[in-house]
Formats: sequence, structure tokens, C-alpha cells
Amino acid sequence: MAERTFYNEILTDHNLHPQHKKKIENPDYVLEGVNPSCGDDIFLSLRLSGDTIVDVGFEGDGCAISQASADMMAELVMGKTIAEAEHYMDLFYRMIKNEASEEEIEELEEASVLQDISHMPARVKCAVLGWHTLEEMLNKHKA
Amino acid sequence: MCARSLESIRGDFPLIASHPLAYLDNAATTQKPAAVLKAMEEYYEKSNANPFRGVYELSEEATTAYEHARSVVADFIHAKRSEEIVFTRNASESLNLVAYSYGRKMLKPGDEIVVSVMEHHSNFLPWKMVAEETGATLVALNPNPDGEITKESLSVIGPKTKLVAITQVSNVFGRPNDIAAITSLAHQYGAVVVVDGAQSVPHMPVDVQALDADFLAFSGHKMFAPMGIGVLYGRMELLEAMPPFMRGGEMIEIVHWDRVTYAPVPHKFEAGTVNAGGAVALAAAMEYMKSIGWDTIMKQEEALTRRAVEGLLAIPHVRLVGSEDPSMHQGIVTFLVEGVHPHDIASILDSKQIAVRAGHHCAWPLMDYLGIHSTCRASFAVYNTMEEVDRFLEAVAGLRTAMGLPD
Repeated sequence: MAERTFYNEILTDHNLHPQHKKKIENPDYVLEGVNPSCGDDIFLSLRLSGDTIVDVGFEGDGCAISQASADMMAELVMGKTIAEAEHYMDLFYRMIKNEASEEEIEELEEASVLQDISHMPARVKCAVLGWHTLEEMLNKHKA
Repeated sequence: MCARSLESIRGDFPLIASHPLAYLDNAATTQKPAAVLKAMEEYYEKSNANPFRGVYELSEEATTAYEHARSVVADFIHAKRSEEIVFTRNASESLNLVAYSYGRKMLKPGDEIVVSVMEHHSNFLPWKMVAEETGATLVALNPNPDGEITKESLSVIGPKTKLVAITQVSNVFGRPNDIAAITSLAHQYGAVVVVDGAQSVPHMPVDVQALDADFLAFSGHKMFAPMGIGVLYGRMELLEAMPPFMRGGEMIEIVHWDRVTYAPVPHKFEAGTVNAGGAVALAAAMEYMKSIGWDTIMKQEEALTRRAVEGLLAIPHVRLVGSEDPSMHQGIVTFLVEGVHPHDIASILDSKQIAVRAGHHCAWPLMDYLGIHSTCRASFAVYNTMEEVDRFLEAVAGLRTAMGLPD
């Protein structure tokens, strides 16, 4: 039987050497996201300039999927507007539900390595931990 | 009777025989042998009616089948009388029954409930609830890092102790606790001992009289029976003094608007239509285990456990939770791999058709006590093979490389 795993180099590299796993200066928002199925948590911080995300970082401990996914997300949304970040968010959620087209998945760049998570329902919560935390943060900002 | 070959035992389990998976999550639930599935089907095909209700013959048959199952269970754990066996849904319900019915009634402010920190949430949360509702105090019984409850640690049991909640085998350490020593000490102070047998009854002979246990809870589904049937053993005089847990059909003697008396033990604790098919299947599972024999079951589980413990200890960066002595693991081996998160371990092993458990194993207080967040656990049953253990060890040995870490 074929092995279906996505623990490839891109993912393990983001896990072992995350570029955005750090405190950022003068964050506008810091929010904790918890994965209730395992108790893992991350603290996401965000700095905005107008509508643009100018810095994003995360801290915390967790599995490779949650850590790498948060790092890939940070890389994607850095320098983007809130609307653009929300577009990626929508694509990411649809990708892990196996509802995104090839072209849409390509837009997600390295985060596309997580597309096979749709075959692993038990790990979906790990992959979306960072994204959900970002979503909650942006909703707070807009409110 | 001649001993069954391990291969033929494996063939008794349709899912195991037909699935490529190395199923090493038996502490969570076991697979079911054909004999158990057949017993349940036969009950529903030939004997099904609502037990205790009808005066017609079929209902009598259902009652007989259900009560026969009760006597098989009593026999299996060496209870003095089959009335001391209460059927429940699972060990959690059994433990809640004792907490709601015995704990809330008998405990008062100032009393102490001693609970080991290695308890599954189902033998911790009910006692936390009882403490909060009665004003009794929860007192922690702490094991050493090897998972051993030492004589010294038992000094928390004293004159104020009214109840001790302890697992016979921890679902994380896998180490058997000396229940007889604990009941003997607790009884000196007049305390009752509630034993969680969920991980022991399926894997070793348990004699409630020899242990002098006051209550023992276990689940059928961890010992080859279907989900949804469990057992509470209780000492007769304790069960008789306890109020019902749930109220409803077939647990009464007389019901008038202003006067109610309840049925005798055990029916007082079995409100509503019972899970007769489940009880019959549980009895069939026990008969099945007897037909294999404890010798064969324990020898095979011990051999698998030894191979797993010794194999894991030989892999760099792997740490066992609990003892490094294989004989201190009752078919349960919990481990960590440095740098690899347990959920990633379980996912990578899953991609190689090996099922293990990852997480806090419903023993979050124990994780806190050990200063770890989550762990991985392999747990064995008699149908597992050495080849499966070797596949598991090989996969574990490759984990760090798969995650881009040095060997």
C-alpha cells in the first residue's frame, strides 16, 4: 500500500527552521490559539500599518504540522493587505477540505504541501491552528 | 485442552485478519473475535425480547441469557455472588455510578479522597466532582518517575481517608499497582477502595476477593466485547446501602405517587432497558479468553512487550515513560522521541500502516506531574505478532530522519 505522507523537506524545514517563530516589535495584536484535541497552543503576534500586515510572528510548542503551517502562513501574509490575507485564508480552508482547484492551491505557494491533510481529518486542527488564530485576530481588528 | 496456535488466534479476528494495519492501540479498544460477534447476532436472532418485562417465554429466554452473562462475569473476576455485578455502558459509567451514588451520599466536609495522579480522567473527574459537592478534600497519591507507588507514598492514606481511587494498571505507565496492599491499608482506616480495572481485567487474572476491592470498574470493549457494555463490581453490603444512580424502568419494587421502593441489587442500578446483547457478547468474550487461556494470552503479551521495550531502548533519542524493565509494563509501552512531536509520530506511523495512540491519553494530571505535554503509546493484545512489533520499531527508528533531524 502506498504511503501517504507529506512530511517532506519543505514541511520539516519550516518546522526545524521557522523564519517567523519569534517575538515581533510593537505588535498591535497578540492572541493565543489552542488546539483542544491535543492542548498545543501558539501565540500569534501581528503589526499593521493601515490595512497592511507589516510584521507577523508566532511562539509556542506544537507538532510539525501546526508549527510549519503557522510559519508558511506568516510568510504568505507578510506585506499583504488584510483582504489579501483573508483570500489566502479562504483558499487554505478550501484546500484542506479538498475543495480548491489546482490553480488556487498553487497560489498558496509552500503552504500547498499541506493539501494532503484532507486525507488526515485528525490533523486538520493542527494545520488550521495558525490560520484560525489569524482569522480571529483580523475579526477583532475589524470590529 | 490443547493450546491454540497464535496464528489461529489471529484468524479469529475478522478485522485483524483482513486488514494490513499493525493495530497497536489495544489499550484504547480491542478488535472483536468472530465468536463474540456471533454470540451477539445469535442473541438478537434467537433470544431477543425485553428482559424482565414479559411473562411470555421469549422474554424469559432473554432474561436467562442476560442473567447467565452476569454469572459468567462474576466468575471471571471471582466475585462472591453474581448480584455483585452491575452492568453499565463502560468503566466511566461504572466509576460515575460509585461517585454519584456512594461518594455524594457518604462523604462529608473534612473527609479525604485519595486519588492517584496516574488516574484516567474517568477515575479523577468524578472524585473531583464529589469533593466539590461534599466539601471533602482530594489528596494526591504520587508515583515515582518509574510509575511505582512506593510504600512511603501510601502514607497519604490515613484516618481521614474515606475513599481511595486507584487504577490497577495505569493506561500510560502500564505498570501493575499492588492493589491488595492498598486495600489492606485503606481498610485499616475504614476507607473503601475504588479500583479502575479497565487496563487490568483484559490482560491478567483479577480476583476481587483476593484483592479485597470494594469496587472494580471495567469496560467490555477493551477485552474483545462490543462497545457499550461495561461492569461495576461492588461489595454487596455497599451496593445495598447505596441509593440508585439513575431512576426509571425496571429498577423499582413499588411505585405510587407518594411511596416508592427500589428493586434489590443489582437491578436497582440498571434503570431502563438493559444492553442484553452486549452483556451476552461480553460473556462470550470472557469464554473466548478462557478458551485461549491466561497462560497463552499473558505469555504472548509479555513477549511482545519485552520486544517493544528492549527495541525502543536501543533506539537513540527514544525515552520510555515509566520503567525500563519490560516486566513492569502490562502490554502498554509509552514513549517519546526527542525532537518529534507525538502527533507527528502517530501520523508517520499511520502512513506505514501502524496504529498507535498519541496525546495525553486522558491522563492530563499525570502529564503535568511528569512535566510532559503528550506522549505516544503502543499497546498490545494476544493477536499481535513479533513481526508487527519489529515493523513498529523500524518505523520509530526512522522517525528523526523523516523529520530532518540527525540520527
